[in-house]
Amino acid sequence: MLTNFAALEVGQHLYWQIGNIRLHGQVFLTSWILLGALLVFISLGTKKMENDPKGLQNLLEFLWDYIRDLARTQIGEKVYRDWMPFIGTLFLFVFVSNWGGALIPWRLIKLPSGELGAPTADINTTIALALLVSLSYFYAGLSNKGWRYFEYYVHPTPIMLPFKILEDFTKPLSLSFRLFGNILADELVVGVLVFLVPLILPIPVMFLGLFTSAIQALIFATLAAYYIGEAVEEHH
Amino acid sequence: MLAFNFFGATEGGLFDINATLPLMAIQVVALTYILNSLFFKPVGNVVEKREKFVSTNIIEAKNKLSEVKKLEAELLTQLQSARAEAQRIVSEAENESDKLYKEALELANNEANASKEKARLEIESQTSAARDQLSKQADDLSELIVNRLILEK
Repeated sequence: MLTNFAALEVGQHLYWQIGNIRLHGQVFLTSWILLGALLVFISLGTKKMENDPKGLQNLLEFLWDYIRDLARTQIGEKVYRDWMPFIGTLFLFVFVSNWGGALIPWRLIKLPSGELGAPTADINTTIALALLVSLSYFYAGLSNKGWRYFEYYVHPTPIMLPFKILEDFTKPLSLSFRLFGNILADELVVGVLVFLVPLILPIPVMFLGLFTSAIQALIFATLAAYYIGEAVEEHH
Repeated sequence: MLAFNFFGATEGGLFDINATLPLMAIQVVALTYILNSLFFKPVGNVVEKREKFVSTNIIEAKNKLSEVKKLEAELLTQLQSARAEAQRIVSEAENESDKLYKEALELANNEANASKEKARLEIESQTSAARDQLSKQADDLSELIVNRLILEK
């Protein structure tokens, strides 16, 4: 009974079958709920924009400013404007997913299989995000510098070529696994602690989880911006 | 379970990669566009408009401040020159009055001296006239005495 109450369902998914393709339903369900909440929040905040910000608008402006600073410091004054929405979306998506996964008691909703949780605790989501970042920095480099982008691979010396090529693979790998590992590990730790000591003891770990979640969102967005900045940077 | 073939069978594992990946990527790209039009653009417009407003106001205020300082300096120099002018006028007037006083004093002195001199001369002349008369009378008297003495003899 107890194992059923707080069972750890690792690697179990709620499968949706559409034609030939199979999807992890729980990931989409939570992401739709969380993104819906985010969009509602943002629509409420931007409904009546005033020059003298109040309430939600103030919070959204703070968030906007935070994202702009992040994008500007990493990408640089020249092109940060083009990439700010993407960086901001990454940050908001990861942040909302992580915090939503940690804060909302999803376990109360029973699924036939698998369980609801942070969408970022699924490897598909994090790889999707990481591949988008890879595509973005290639696109940013090529659209800003044309074929000169590939000078980056031999930048200080041609010896760097194999390492830089290797980097193109390690970047998405590290991005996706860092996020996936941190969020999944946090869910597992909280799950194990709730399973072992259901009272009080998990609370500090839950707070730690909230902290990690926020930090991971910041790290993901910052690294994405840094990679784009690296791609558009002019070497002299 | 069978009624919901929507919910498939369980399988997979932690690293089960399937169509969730591209669909999630598409979802995130769509979210980027939605957030751009719903959040980044409108908020950016408002914030940047305000930043522009604030910075132009600051520049304007700085210009005004420098203008005020310039005017203040100008007024200060004007004040100083006015003060110097006033000083000059006062000292001039003082000199003038001093001169006038001296002149008046000299004039009065001269006048007094002159009238004194005149009086002295008059006194002198009257004295000599009186003396003359007296000596003449003395002469007459002595003559009279002499005559009378002679006659009585």
